[in-house]
Amino acid sequence: MAHTGLEIDHVSKRYGDVIALRDMTFEVRPGELFGFVGSNGAGKTTTMRIALGVLSSDAGQVRWAGQPITLDTRRRIGYMPEERGLYPRMKVAEQLIYLARLHGLSTTAATRSVDAWLERLGVAGRRDDEVIKLSLGNQQRVQLAAALVHDPHILVLDEPFSGLDPVAVDVMSQVLLEKCAQGVPCVFSSHQLDLVERLCDRVGIVRAGHLVACGAIDELRAGGTEQLIVAAPDAPLGWADDLPGVTGSHRDGDTTVLELKPGADDQAVLRAALATGPVHEFARRRPSLTELFRNVVTEHTDTTVHEERAA
Amino acid sequence: MSAPQAAADLGNGAAIRLVAGRELSTRLRSKAFRIVTLVMVIIVVALCIVLKLISGTSSGSAVGYLPAEQAAAAALPAVAKSTGQTVHIQAVPDETTGKAQVRSGDLDALLTHDNGRLTVIVKKDIDAGLRSTMDQLAQQIVFDQQITQLGGNPAQVRDASSSATANVTALEKPFPYQSQQLILGIAAGILIYVSLLLHGQAVAQGVVEEKSSRVVELLLATIRPWQLMAGKVLGIGIVGLIQILVIAIAGVAAGLATKILTISASAAVGTVVWLVVWYLLGFFMYAVVLAGLGALVSRQEDVGSAVAPALVFLIVGYVLGVSILPGDPSNRLMEILSIIPAFAPTVMPMRLAMGGVPPWEAIVSVVLVAALIPLLIWLAARIYRNAVLRTGARVKLSQALRPA
Repeated sequence: MAHTGLEIDHVSKRYGDVIALRDMTFEVRPGELFGFVGSNGAGKTTTMRIALGVLSSDAGQVRWAGQPITLDTRRRIGYMPEERGLYPRMKVAEQLIYLARLHGLSTTAATRSVDAWLERLGVAGRRDDEVIKLSLGNQQRVQLAAALVHDPHILVLDEPFSGLDPVAVDVMSQVLLEKCAQGVPCVFSSHQLDLVERLCDRVGIVRAGHLVACGAIDELRAGGTEQLIVAAPDAPLGWADDLPGVTGSHRDGDTTVLELKPGADDQAVLRAALATGPVHEFARRRPSLTELFRNVVTEHTDTTVHEERAA
Repeated sequence: MSAPQAAADLGNGAAIRLVAGRELSTRLRSKAFRIVTLVMVIIVVALCIVLKLISGTSSGSAVGYLPAEQAAAAALPAVAKSTGQTVHIQAVPDETTGKAQVRSGDLDALLTHDNGRLTVIVKKDIDAGLRSTMDQLAQQIVFDQQITQLGGNPAQVRDASSSATANVTALEKPFPYQSQQLILGIAAGILIYVSLLLHGQAVAQGVVEEKSSRVVELLLATIRPWQLMAGKVLGIGIVGLIQILVIAIAGVAAGLATKILTISASAAVGTVVWLVVWYLLGFFMYAVVLAGLGALVSRQEDVGSAVAPALVFLIVGYVLGVSILPGDPSNRLMEILSIIPAFAPTVMPMRLAMGGVPPWEAIVSVVLVAALIPLLIWLAARIYRNAVLRTGARVKLSQALRPA
């Protein structure tokens, strides 16, 4: 298919004295699931709103397939705003058909697509109910349907998993992966980092309006410290502190967590552990996205922010 | 990937039609719309029937007379006619029967005499018109007696005096306002005021509904702010137009059917046409302003205070109109207000229905409002665009007017 990526190119935005975005730059490739993470107020929503043309940027460009994005190409985007919104007093199907038609679909195509998505998302039974009468979880499903009914060529979802029950999270994940498999570039923001880690091909970490890290999770891990989990109940305290390549350790019951320099020989550590007695567990642990996130964010944190945090 | 459904490009017209279509379909089906329309139709029709009943009783007074009063009673209808009254006379055999009929309401008055003076017996009090007729009759009887005593012929004197009238020459021809047209004018004023108020506020509430439910962000990802605003104003405008037409046609039909309205059909049609023209002008003028002002706030509770500055003009025009125009249709102040765009939509239709508006005034007021509308649309679109996505605290007008 002729899909090409969504490029956010040096986009900046300020509100008065507050810099909301500073040279925000990243690309979501076709068929790629891109996770957008960052603290509240870091600029995720602002970036997405600018991509959708709901906000105008002060500088920079948003491109799709190499062309600056226009209102007509924006209609091909499936969007889920952070602030969920549907007409509360409008019937589910009627509302979705209306939204699909605003995206340029004919009434018949819109109706067909709406029925298919309501079926898929398990809310077909609520087709003719007013949105306000639905449970929060079902309202979220309708909201997702609103982002999908026009068979979008790009997906931009702001916090799509927030407020979903576990079943809905699974449905949402499946839908996202499926859309990606069709070659659609998908970008979504989330605070549920384990989910992002599990689903995303690449991740962008944003802090204070700027992208501080971007890449596949493995790439982000590269160059960072590695951890070893060693369960050796008979080992004395501080048994591994003098081993080559070990930069730190802390003990939790029988288990010792060791920080290893990149490229350090873990087999030497295992031999040292066996020398103390039985070893019940010996595992290499790669830092989770949560830890990466914490590292990246604190690395770039200047002292003033530090003080604010401490306060 | 599944075959992408061709998402056709959405032109301005198509986008506005879609938005307006949603407003039309959801509002026309709403209970509120149906109830309001029905209640207003019922009020208008009931008003016609009530007016009919009231005017039915004043169509003439029934006066009974004793045989002795034959001569005086015979002169009564003619006297009544000269004072603008209608009196039917009816012979009564004796005073007891006559009094009984007055008491029962069959007769409005009984003519008798007491020591040569004309005496009228009524149930409680005498109608002012009938009283002056009776006074006139009493004077005429005395007059006739005097003329006869002086040797003259009362009939000749009456003929001579009745043909003698002062010759009046008017420098400007006054417009003959008819009470029917005054009523029509007031009805037109009330109808246009209620419609503008109701549907103008509906526009502001609709804007805030989209803002408070956050659906506006989803909408603005597909269409431009001005398209959304234009579609909303247009859709609600058509809803209001349908309502005002239903009520106006029901009112005119009821008026003609009950014969309350005896004006020509063309005059009735003219009133309705002017009503529609002024509703549309007034609606678009006020609605775009109200849409802009509504966009400043995020909660339905704040709509009232946000739109109040604009509604003041609507209310002032209407209140002055209904309180001054019926008593003084050619009032100078109202003539001036009816040309000023902010007041014209409420004042001008009242004046037009009452009649006697010089064509140039009607044309100038329409032209001024029509010229102002594009300017207001530009201004309101700017406020709307700048404010509609800012939820939370009320957006200051000065901020919203700043270039984006």
